[in-house]
Amino acid sequence: MLREFQRLAIGFGIAVILVTGLASFGTSADQPEQVIKITAKKFEYSPAEVTVKKGVPVTLEFTSLDRVHGFNCPDLGIRTDIVPEKANRVHFVPQKAGTFEYHCDVFCGDGHEDMTGKIIVAE
Amino acid sequence: MKNSQDRREFLKLMGIGGGVVFLSGLGPLANAATKKEVKNDFFFVQLSDTHWGFSDPKINPDFGGTLKKAVAAVNSLSTPPDFIMFTGDLTHTTDDEKERRRRLKEFHDIVANLKVKTVRFMPGEHDASLDKGAAYQEVFGKTHYTFTHKGVNFIVVDNVSDPTGSIGDTQLTWLENELKKLSKDARIVVFTHRPLFDLAPTWDWATRDGAKAIELLMPYKNVVVFYGHIHQVHNQMTGHIPHHAANGLMYPLPAPLSLPKKAPIPWDPAAPYKNLGFRDIEAKKKKDEYLITELPIKEG
Repeated sequence: MLREFQRLAIGFGIAVILVTGLASFGTSADQPEQVIKITAKKFEYSPAEVTVKKGVPVTLEFTSLDRVHGFNCPDLGIRTDIVPEKANRVHFVPQKAGTFEYHCDVFCGDGHEDMTGKIIVAE
Repeated sequence: MKNSQDRREFLKLMGIGGGVVFLSGLGPLANAATKKEVKNDFFFVQLSDTHWGFSDPKINPDFGGTLKKAVAAVNSLSTPPDFIMFTGDLTHTTDDEKERRRRLKEFHDIVANLKVKTVRFMPGEHDASLDKGAAYQEVFGKTHYTFTHKGVNFIVVDNVSDPTGSIGDTQLTWLENELKKLSKDARIVVFTHRPLFDLAPTWDWATRDGAKAIELLMPYKNVVVFYGHIHQVHNQMTGHIPHHAANGLMYPLPAPLSLPKKAPIPWDPAAPYKNLGFRDIEAKKKKDEYLITELPIKEG
């Protein structure tokens, strides 16, 4: 009975370590989520360049000041429509450091192709 | 010999034109431009990205003349093409709805001078994305459709009227149903404006649901896709399906992802029409084999 209890306790301990380890993999649980507000209007984002920290969860909150725009960062695999008078959020955990281009992918007029920005993921 | 002369003359005349496409059904390559001698051979002309209404002289000082010269060049062909296909961005975009309609009608009036009986159109995002194709349809009609010509099945796919650069489920279902009517070895030519594949997603050179269209096309053995949008010649395969982008008639764009930022390449006074050009594609005896020749634009 005692040996069975010991086995269970050891197993539980290993499980706790595993769960804790998995939870911290790829994220920094001790750091608060990075929330960055970005406005979109013809034909720019503000700020167009944002810096986030690798492994720390990020929420990008977009607000459109005029019409429907898009946000698409193919290399990070994230996108959303940016609809006026609506909360437009993207959540992600940056897993790799570097500079990643994003652009408006909802055609918005002459200047649409200049509507771009960068996400810098720092170590 | 006469065929070669016709062909040389044709290429010379098309020195200011867009893409030139030859399709050869049954006959040998040398007869591609002489339909009188080989009954089922024909060629058509592809013009793309004319951006009528664009007016930056630093990019193209001949912004008002390039399209008209192309029309004159096509009209000068000794052997007229069976038809002409414009693959989108007929006009340059504008927020002003009246101006959009004016540009579309003005473009329509200019190309009405083409002496070729059959001229077909499809929209680009500059024509259709701001009003979901409303003004375009008033002037040119449907944005997606099919037609057949001498045994070749042409399918025009609209991936621009949805401003997200999508084909959409409704049109994909239509495409699936159109394809079901064809045998797996049917000759199929698809026209789109944007590339169906992810050429450069960070430059918006893609179709959001283009992979679904390619998946529908994959079971068919003899498919080729011609498109515009990127203002340069580009050839790429997705499986057995070749995709061929044509040059534009207003300004060139840089090679995919070759620069930090995509922007029209400014006019070079020392080399007018540099990076503008055209191509012809000749089908070989095998249905799915094409010979592609790229040729530069010359000052007309």
